[in-house]
Amino acid sequence: MLRRWSVMLPVLIFFVLVGFFYWRIVMMERGDMPNMIPSAMIDKPAPEFDLPPLLLEKAGLKTADLQGQVTLVNFFASWCIPCRVEHPLLTQLAGRVRLVGIVYKDKPEDARAWLSRLGDPYKALAQDRDGRVGIDFGVYGVPESYLIGKDGRIRFKQVGPFTPEDISNKLVPLLAELQK
Amino acid sequence: MISRRLTTASFWFLAVLLLSLSWPVLAVQPDEILKDPVLEGRARVLSKELRCLVCQNQSIDDSDADLARDLRVLLRQRLKAGDSDQQARQYLVDRYGDYVLLNPPFKGGTIVLWVGPAVLLGLALLAAFLFLRRRAAGQTMVEAAAQPLSEQEQRRLDALLKDDKTP
Repeated sequence: MLRRWSVMLPVLIFFVLVGFFYWRIVMMERGDMPNMIPSAMIDKPAPEFDLPPLLLEKAGLKTADLQGQVTLVNFFASWCIPCRVEHPLLTQLAGRVRLVGIVYKDKPEDARAWLSRLGDPYKALAQDRDGRVGIDFGVYGVPESYLIGKDGRIRFKQVGPFTPEDISNKLVPLLAELQK
Repeated sequence: MISRRLTTASFWFLAVLLLSLSWPVLAVQPDEILKDPVLEGRARVLSKELRCLVCQNQSIDDSDADLARDLRVLLRQRLKAGDSDQQARQYLVDRYGDYVLLNPPFKGGTIVLWVGPAVLLGLALLAAFLFLRRRAAGQTMVEAAAQPLSEQEQRRLDALLKDDKTP
C-alpha cells in the first residue's frame, strides 16, 4: 500500500503543478500579469497637489478640482510611444467622462506640439516636470490613468495604455456605478 | 635593455592608472550624494532594500532607471527633513505598496512565502528519514538471510546438486 503511494505521489504532484500553471495562464489572459504591481492607492483620497497649466488657455490641475465629479486623470508624455497608441481611445472616452491630463516629465513645448498634432481631448492639462506628483499617485511608468470618484478618492488604476477591452470590461461598468 | 625596462615600467604605470579609474560602477550619481555621511549612509542602506518599480528585480540603489533616481533623491530629501528610516520607508510603501520592499513583510498574504521553504525542508527531511529507516530495515533482512544453511537445507541442496550431475 505504501509502495503504491510512493509511486503515485510524484504523478499527483505533477498534475497539481499542471493545474497551477494552467490557472496562471488563464489569469494572465484575463489581464492579471505577474509583473503588474498592485496599486496601493485604490480607495485612498487623491494626493495633495497643485500643478501649473500646460497651455495658456486651459487650466492646470489641483486636488480640489477632483471633487464633485467623476474624473479620469491620465499621465502621459510626448516621448512615450504607448501614449500615442492610447490617444485615439482617450479621445473617444472624453465624451463619457471628464478627462484631465498630467504631462509627466516632459518639455512643455514637446507636449504642446504633440497635442496640436494628435488633438487635445483633455478638459484640463497640467505639467509635472520633476515627476514628484507622479510619485505621490504611485506612477511607475507612462501612460497610467486614475479614475477618481465624486468624493475625490481613487477608484481604479490603469497601468499602461487602455485597450478597447479594458475600457468596455473595466472602465465602463465602473463609470456607470460611480456616475450614479 | 633600458628601453625594455621602460616598457615594463610604463606597462605597470598604465595598469595602475586604469585600475584606479575603474571604480565600481554606481547607479548613484555624485550630485545625489548627501554632504552628511551619516545621512548618506542611512540612505544607501535604505535604498538597497527598496525595489526599483521599473526594472523590478533591482534595488533603487542599483538601478539606472529614471524613476529609481527620482526615488533616491526623494528618499534623501525625506531623511534630510528629519524622517526616521521607518518613516521614509513608509512614505514609499504608502504610494507603491509592499511591492516596493525587497524584503516582504511577514503577514497574511506573504505567509506562504516565509513559511513555505521551512515546511518544504521539514517534509523533505521527514521523507529522507522514512526512506533511510526503511532501507536500514531492508539491510537487516539481508543480514538475517546471510545465516549459514541449516542441516536440512544443506541436505536438500546436496540432493539437488547430485541430481544435476546426471547427464
